[in-house]
Amino acid sequence: MDEVFKALADASRRSLLDRLHADNGQTLNELCDGLDMSRQAVTKHLAILEAANLVVTIRHGREKLHYINPVPIHEIGERWIRKFERGRLAALSELKRQLETRDE
Amino acid sequence: MSKPEFVYVTFIETTPDKLWQALTNGDFTECYWFGYRLDSDWKVGSSMTLGKGGNVMDECVILESDPPRRISYSWHPIYDDDMAKEKPSRVTLDLEPRGKVVKLTVTHQDFPEHSKVLPSISGGWPMVFASLKTFLETGQPLSLDPTSGT
Repeated sequence: MDEVFKALADASRRSLLDRLHADNGQTLNELCDGLDMSRQAVTKHLAILEAANLVVTIRHGREKLHYINPVPIHEIGERWIRKFERGRLAALSELKRQLETRDE
Repeated sequence: MSKPEFVYVTFIETTPDKLWQALTNGDFTECYWFGYRLDSDWKVGSSMTLGKGGNVMDECVILESDPPRRISYSWHPIYDDDMAKEKPSRVTLDLEPRGKVVKLTVTHQDFPEHSKVLPSISGGWPMVFASLKTFLETGQPLSLDPTSGT
């Protein structure tokens, strides 16, 4: 679980996860496209995300595709969120989402 | 085959045989899959149903079966008219031993455009995985109070 928190404690890595969340299953080239980060830096960040199991890669034909893996984040949620709190928390985050214009 | 819409990975402290049993035995799936039973003889070409309380929710077909390494089935919800009309998608479960744990990968692909099934299930797998992991590692399904027994 330490690895997950360390991997998430970086804005560049979170933005890579955001990109995969918006469009899942991207190649390295697609992920680098339009990013203000060197290809080397992206590769390094992806390796850290992969070690934390937050990103998984699969071979699809000749391409290597990157997917966001929400399972470790879900496990963190399961650890501290009780079943009966879920509805209230969902309502609260929906309220926050609707009231705030920025999603940072 | 189209590229998978999503790929989920979890690591479970168990053996491939136990995990295979947990994934294919209706008595086990009922314990962690929120009461759902999977029923099939798990042979390629056989049907597989997913149901709850005697109602069949999904009618699937086994596409690949290589115990205890890989199982692949079509995914075809029939409880909703629109979903029943949709072309079935494809679920693949891969089990790989990694020392003391087994890496379980679920890949879901071949959804038609504007699929109604895709948004209905994409959040479900992590929940099933978390419950399965807890069930295999502690013998308790996740629906129980997570604070009791660790």
